[in-house]
Amino acid sequence: MSEAGVIWGRLTEAFWLNCQLFGLTLLFAVPLGLIVAFGSMNRFAPLRGAVKTFVWIIRGTPLMLQILVIYLGPGLLGFTSPWPSGSSGRLVAAVVAFAINYACYFSEIYRGGIEAVPKGQTEAGQVLGMTRSQIFFKVTLLQVIKRILPPMGNEIITLVKDTSLANVIANKDIIMMAKEYSAKGLIWPLFSTAIFFLVFVGALTLLFGWLEKRLAYFR
Amino acid sequence: MALLEVAGIGKSFGSTAVLRDISFTLNEGEAIAIIGSSGSGKTTLLRCLNFLETADTGSITVGGETLWSADDIHTQSEAAIRKKRLHFGLVFQNFNLFPQYTALQNVMLAEQLLAKERPDYKQHKKEILAEIEAHARELLADMGLSDRAGHYPHQLSGGQQQRVAIARALALKPDILCFDEPTSALDPELTGEVLRVLRDLAANKTTMIIVTHEMKFARDVADRILFMDGGVVVEQGPAKEVIDHPKEERTRQFLASYGK
Repeated sequence: MSEAGVIWGRLTEAFWLNCQLFGLTLLFAVPLGLIVAFGSMNRFAPLRGAVKTFVWIIRGTPLMLQILVIYLGPGLLGFTSPWPSGSSGRLVAAVVAFAINYACYFSEIYRGGIEAVPKGQTEAGQVLGMTRSQIFFKVTLLQVIKRILPPMGNEIITLVKDTSLANVIANKDIIMMAKEYSAKGLIWPLFSTAIFFLVFVGALTLLFGWLEKRLAYFR
Repeated sequence: MALLEVAGIGKSFGSTAVLRDISFTLNEGEAIAIIGSSGSGKTTLLRCLNFLETADTGSITVGGETLWSADDIHTQSEAAIRKKRLHFGLVFQNFNLFPQYTALQNVMLAEQLLAKERPDYKQHKKEILAEIEAHARELLADMGLSDRAGHYPHQLSGGQQQRVAIARALALKPDILCFDEPTSALDPELTGEVLRVLRDLAANKTTMIIVTHEMKFARDVADRILFMDGGVVVEQGPAKEVIDHPKEERTRQFLASYGK
C-alpha cells in the first residue's frame, strides 16, 4: 500500500475513537440531562439550588480542565485512581467527563423545552384523570422533543468536534494522530481531518432535518 | 338530594381572598350558569371543583360522597384526587387539545389509558379498544365532526377545536361537566356552533356548570344562575328571574353593563 493509503487508514482508525466517545457520551448524557433538568426544576429549593450550582460550575469551566480533573484528580488527592490502567481507562475517564459536561448543557435545553409547553396541556391531562407520568409521556414529551430538536442538533454537532479534546489525557484521537505526522514534517494529514468531521456533521445535519420534518405534522 | 353540594369554599392567593364562603347545590340534569365580571372568582371556583386549585376551606360533595374537605386530610392525597377528578369534566377557554393527536385520538386518549387499569384489559384488549373508538366516533358525530376525526387541532377552526374538547370531556362520562368561558376565545361568528352544542347538552339533561359572559344564552339555557362579585355569590336563583328581575343592586349594575 502507498504511504498515503497507510496514513488514511490510521486516521480512520483514530477517528473511531472520536466516534466511540461521541456515541457513549450521547448514550449517557441524554438521559442524565433529563435527571439534571428535573433537579433544576424541583420544588424543593435546596435540591434545586445544589443542581443549579453544579450546572453553573460545569458550564462555567473549560471541558478540557474537567477532563484533566476527572482523570488525574483522584490520584493527585492521594486516592487510588478509579480508572482502569492504559488506553481503556483514559477513554472511560473521558466519557465520564463528557457525559457530565453535556448532561448539564442538555438539561438547560430540556428545561427550556419543558417550560415552553403550555400549562394548559398538563391541566387538560389532569382533569382527564391521567397520572403525572402519563401526562409526561403521552402529552408533554413529544411536544418537548419537537421544541428541543434544533438546539439539541446544535449541541450534538458541537460534541462531534469537542471529542478531540479527549487527547489532553493522551486518548489517541484523529487530531492527535495527525499531529504526530505534522511533527515529522507531513502537514496534509492534519488538514485532511476536516473531511472526517465534515462528513460526520453532514450526516447529523441530514438526520436532524429529517427528524424535524417527521414532527412537522403538528404545531 | 342534590348531586353536587359545594359548601363554604374559600380560597386566597397570598393575602388576596379570591373566593369567600361559596355555597351552592346542583341537581342531576340541571344546568347552572355562573356570571360575573372578570376577577370575580368564577374561574377559580371551577378550578377548585376540578382540583386544579386546592381550596383553603369548605367541602365538595358529589352524590353524597365527600370528595374533598378542608377538614379531612384523607381526602387531599394526590392519588385520591386523581380518581375523584373523574366526577367532573372541564372544558377550557383555550381548548387545550393535545396538538400531536388527531381529533379522534384526543377524544380516545384518556379512556384508553384508564382502560389499561381494568383487570380484563390484557385478555380483551382488542374489543375494549374497538369499543373506545366506537364511543369516540359517536361523540364526534354528536358534535357534528364525523368528517374531522382524522384532523389535527391546528387544522381545525376554533369552534371545531372547542367541540372536539367537549367530546373529549364527555368521553369519560363525568357526572358534572364544567365549562370555563367556552366561547371567549372564539371569533364572534364561531360562538354559535359551540353554544348550539351546549343547548343540545342541556336539552339532554346533562348536568353542567357553565361560566359564561353570554347573558342571553345563560338566560335561555341555564336552569339557574349564580352571580359572583368580589369572590362571593351575590345572588342566585332561576335563570330568567335573575336576569330579568335581579334583586341585588350589584347584579343590576353588572347586567346593565351588558346592555340587558
